[in-house]
Amino acid sequence: MRIQRLLSRSFVHFAVIAIAFLWTLPTVGVLVSSFRPENDVKNSGWWNALKHPFEESVWTFKNYADVINANGLGEAFVNTLVVTIPATILPITVAAFAAYAFAWMKFPGRDWLFAMVIGLMVVPLQVALIPILRLYTQTGIAGTFLGLWLAHTGFGLPLAIYLLYNYISQLPGDLIESAKIDGASDFTVFMRIVLPLSTPAIASFAIFQFLWIWNDLLVSLVFLGTNKVLTVKLSELTGSLGNKWHLLTAGAFVSMIVPLAVFFALQRYFVRGLLAGSVKG
Amino acid sequence: MSSQPQTSTGPRSRNTSEIVRLLLVPLALIISILVGRWSLGVMKDADAPRFLVVGVALLVGVFGIWIAYWLCNELLNLIPSETLRERIRPVIFVGPALALLIIYLVYPTVMTAYYSVLDKNSETFVGLENFKFAFTNRTIQIALRNNLYWIVGVTSFSVVGGLVMAVLFDKVRYEAVAKSMIFLPMIISFVGAGVIWRFMYASNPPGVGLLNAFIGNFDFKPVAWLINKSVNNIALIVIMIWLQTGFCLVILSAALKAIPADIIDAARVDGAGELDIFWRIIIPSLKTTILTVVTTVVIAVLKVFDIVFVMTNGNYETEVIANRMFTEFFRNQNYGLSSALTMILVIAVLPVMIINVRNARRQRG
Repeated sequence: MRIQRLLSRSFVHFAVIAIAFLWTLPTVGVLVSSFRPENDVKNSGWWNALKHPFEESVWTFKNYADVINANGLGEAFVNTLVVTIPATILPITVAAFAAYAFAWMKFPGRDWLFAMVIGLMVVPLQVALIPILRLYTQTGIAGTFLGLWLAHTGFGLPLAIYLLYNYISQLPGDLIESAKIDGASDFTVFMRIVLPLSTPAIASFAIFQFLWIWNDLLVSLVFLGTNKVLTVKLSELTGSLGNKWHLLTAGAFVSMIVPLAVFFALQRYFVRGLLAGSVKG
Repeated sequence: MSSQPQTSTGPRSRNTSEIVRLLLVPLALIISILVGRWSLGVMKDADAPRFLVVGVALLVGVFGIWIAYWLCNELLNLIPSETLRERIRPVIFVGPALALLIIYLVYPTVMTAYYSVLDKNSETFVGLENFKFAFTNRTIQIALRNNLYWIVGVTSFSVVGGLVMAVLFDKVRYEAVAKSMIFLPMIISFVGAGVIWRFMYASNPPGVGLLNAFIGNFDFKPVAWLINKSVNNIALIVIMIWLQTGFCLVILSAALKAIPADIIDAARVDGAGELDIFWRIIIPSLKTTILTVVTTVVIAVLKVFDIVFVMTNGNYETEVIANRMFTEFFRNQNYGLSSALTMILVIAVLPVMIINVRNARRQRG
């Protein structure tokens, strides 16, 4: 009995470690290769670098310098920031105002408007590409950051409103009523009471939206013309660089560094957002 | 917030602040409009210095929306009648959201449905020709078939894998670390994942790709994983499984931990084996969560685009609907066919999404 338990314990440990190891292997391969000199990458598998990890000639930063400067990933990195930060803040702001109104303000048609918002969660953003691109070309905001922010905002809104509504509508009603009786306007109540209390929900959604936009390829590809973001640039490089693995691997890591930092710094919120947002389509 | 004592000067100071407000708000409005117009110009100007464009864009993108809401609210406060004011106020709160939803989701859905029954240049009505073409064209038939492979392959492996991992990981003390390692791929872009796996599958230069080196140990010849038609779809599906399993694991693991420990302990005392516990207790308690996970993965898979776009661009019989839609739209400029493909996607996603939203709302109670 004891031996049997010991065996099944060690089987569990073995299985868990093996799975985790296998899952991480592809990423580790890219990370290791991105720091190896061009000739090494070309001539031997990345695992060979780990045989002599302490020899200085095995490692280099040159791939990163090349890919950031010569291949334009540095510029794409800045573009991605300019796209991602506003495209995270805009939907949260617009959704928070709307969620507050749906939860705490009285106006005709409130319930069916809210039902419509929830209903729009089922619409995949692919439907927007052709009509919106035509609209943008007519109005002249095709290819601008503004156009991309607004598109991301529109696509992110149904989920954002839904999640923030779930949270804001659960806030204690007494608090909001008594503030209004004291003469606070809806605007003040929203800014001073509702927003600060909703920080956890906002933070969870923000991380979700941030990563989603940072990693988005399709929307940027269609709407952002010349200001290429990391995903667009990297997908071009996979075509043009072909087998220059020392550059491609470094490029992949440049595109991953911010999500990785966000993930490790805010893992708790990330998981919470994931649990709340698992209805996203 | 006046600094004067409120007792005697109260009404008068309110009056002065009203007047100040009456002057300041229109001024702020004019300034914002001017600044807004100027910054739009800068952002569109191809010759403007880059740091200026970036700086202006960030400032406008981050603060502009707050200033806009504040200004609208202040403008509204200028209306003397209180009932009218309070009647309009909800418009300021929900108006922008509704406007954006209508422009970016409602209007495009209608237009896409409309374009799907027009010809490639959206000029003449062709009825259901585009749909007929879609279901008889060989490339698109392959795409539909592949989407089915993806749904079956990705959903079954990532959900079952996530479930098994959730149960296994629950038994070890380093669970958190192990879980992070599985769901790390989720935060990587599909494009980044594409590079990672192209490198895994690489057959050129020889000896570089891990997978070919691995099978080389058993004297197999290197395989062109992305080109060989008997394996390339599986090779792509594996990437999606790698990405999605972490999601399933996280959600299922949270639900697993919500099962009361005494139920499982009681079963164990009664002599139930681990497998009994898994089938008789864990699976039934996780039913709703499993449904959520399955529907979410199915939707993600139906819309899969990036992976195929980066890895093969649909060549060598690896096409999927979303990638074909993009190709018809961007490269072939066949707006009719592209819209029809989008509508097929919408119709496929719709029922799954409805189940998903219903399920989520029921869970919430």
